[in-house]
Order: sequence, then C-alpha cells, then structure tokens
Amino acid sequence: MTRSSPSPDTHLDRAEPSQADQRGAPVRSRRAMLAQSLRWPMAGAASCVQRTLIPAAFGVGSAHAGASSPGAEPSAARSYDEAIRRFTGGPLPRPGKVALDVAVLIDNGNTVPLTVRVEHPMNPDQHVSAIAVFSERNPQHEVLQVHLGADSGRAEISTRIRLATSQKLMAVARLSDGSHWSHEMDVIVTLAACIEGEP
Amino acid sequence: MRIRTLIDMPRMAKIGEVIAIRATIAHPMETGYRRDSDGARLPRNIIRAFHCRIGNREIFRADLFPAVSANPYLVFYHRVRASGELVFSWRGDQGFVHEERVSLIAQ
Repeated sequence: MTRSSPSPDTHLDRAEPSQADQRGAPVRSRRAMLAQSLRWPMAGAASCVQRTLIPAAFGVGSAHAGASSPGAEPSAARSYDEAIRRFTGGPLPRPGKVALDVAVLIDNGNTVPLTVRVEHPMNPDQHVSAIAVFSERNPQHEVLQVHLGADSGRAEISTRIRLATSQKLMAVARLSDGSHWSHEMDVIVTLAACIEGEP
Repeated sequence: MRIRTLIDMPRMAKIGEVIAIRATIAHPMETGYRRDSDGARLPRNIIRAFHCRIGNREIFRADLFPAVSANPYLVFYHRVRASGELVFSWRGDQGFVHEERVSLIAQ
C-alpha cells in the first residue's frame, strides 16, 4: 500500500463507502457522504443553496441535454443510442460477455459505485481493448471510457459515478477482434443529489 | 492548494501476477450543468483524462465525463512484466495537470 501524499487517511477511507455499505446501510453511507462532502473541496466551494439546485439542474434528464449547455463538448452525442453507436462505430452491441455490477436501488445519485467485468481471456491474441459506460438520462450520455490491453491481465474496472434520475445504464466492451458486447441495467435513484439541506 | 491523491497498489509482485491498482484524486468534477444561487452557470471543471504508464508503455487510460463523481476513483488491473516506475497522470479543464510516481518491484 502506497500513499503518495501525506493526506489524512481517514478522509479518503470515508470517501469510499463500500458497495456493501451502499446496499445494506443507506443511513450510514449517507452519513459517510456528508462527512466526505464537508471535508473535500467540492463542499467548500458550493453553498447549500447551490447544492439544493442539483436535482433541478441535473435531474431533468435528456430533455435538458441539448446543445445549449456550454459545459458539454461540442460533439456530445444527442441520444443514448447515438452515443453507443459512436463508440462501436455503427452497430449496437450484442448482449453478453459483459457484467455491469451496480446497485438496482440507489439512495444517493452523487456517488454510485459501479464495476464492469468482461468474461474474456486477456492475452496478446485475444483481449478486451476498451470498456465504456453510457447513461440513458443524464445530461450527457457518455460516463466513462477506458482503454485496456493484454497486459491488463483482467478485464475489470471500478469507479463511482453520478446519476441524475432513474434510468438505464449500459456497459459496452470492445474486443480485440473488433466485436462489441454489452450489458444493460435499469436502476432506480431515490435521491438524486443534495443532502446538506436536510435538518 | 496541494492536490491530494491516494494510490493503493502492492510495492512488490511476482512476474506474471495480476495486481489491482486503485487511484483517487481530490477534485470537484464540477459538471457544468449546475447553477449558483444567482442562477449563473458554474463553469465546467472536470478531469478529462487519466493515464497510467510504465516507462513509455501505457498500461491504462481512461476518458472521464461529467458523470464521474467528485474525487474520481478508478480501479484497474495490471499483469506485472518487469520492475519499473508507474507514472499516474490526470489532465483536465482549466489547465489541470497532476502526476504521481510509484515504484513497483517485480520478483
């Protein structure tokens, strides 16, 4: 274990509620989130008023995702399907080989643990070369794209994402033979964002 | 302000072993979709790319979008081939660049 900067460990530990916490003990994980947001720079910069606006600004889904967002890349895909087709280079991916592991019921859309695993060998002849995650109803459909190689050893990634509302999520894997495989899931988001405003 | 990161990985591994590497960096990942109390849009400030390489060999790369949570956290795997220094780099909006180095000894 290597700590590359002398940060107080407890903060980082608390910033990573395990998946078990998220599923089994929503109250505890919410408390952990609160502790995290009070200590990390995001909370320092944002007033409570702003924070309560997150569901309004972030939660309107794809209707809001259009061209008027200066924050978005100019080339942002207009639809969920288009974003996926852009990644695959045309066809929609076939279901299979990929496992998207995310809680079905999410109590806090600000930080949703997610793992994508692909059942495929990882050697120079046959490997997973990329994995991407797409969201149906976030303002932008692209979530994350990673590039792997034979030396990755294992076709698996984990991260934490934001979800604006209940929606579909799709993980897509690109194999070294050029084929694309996917797993799509429906998730329910009970609390899209702000928790600071609560008494 | 000092940029805080946490990289969790073994310092030593056997050649051929697959190791897990966990990397976190303190960053707000402001989406560009939120507004402040006056209704003005908060400018986007996200990390767009993360790279991990050993020497000149890239072993992992990620493109991040606003939907990645604040303090972006990534777990990925690597099959150890040789000893070397892993270089982790994060690049983002508003000229954000940060680099960390961790040595790995292959046995």
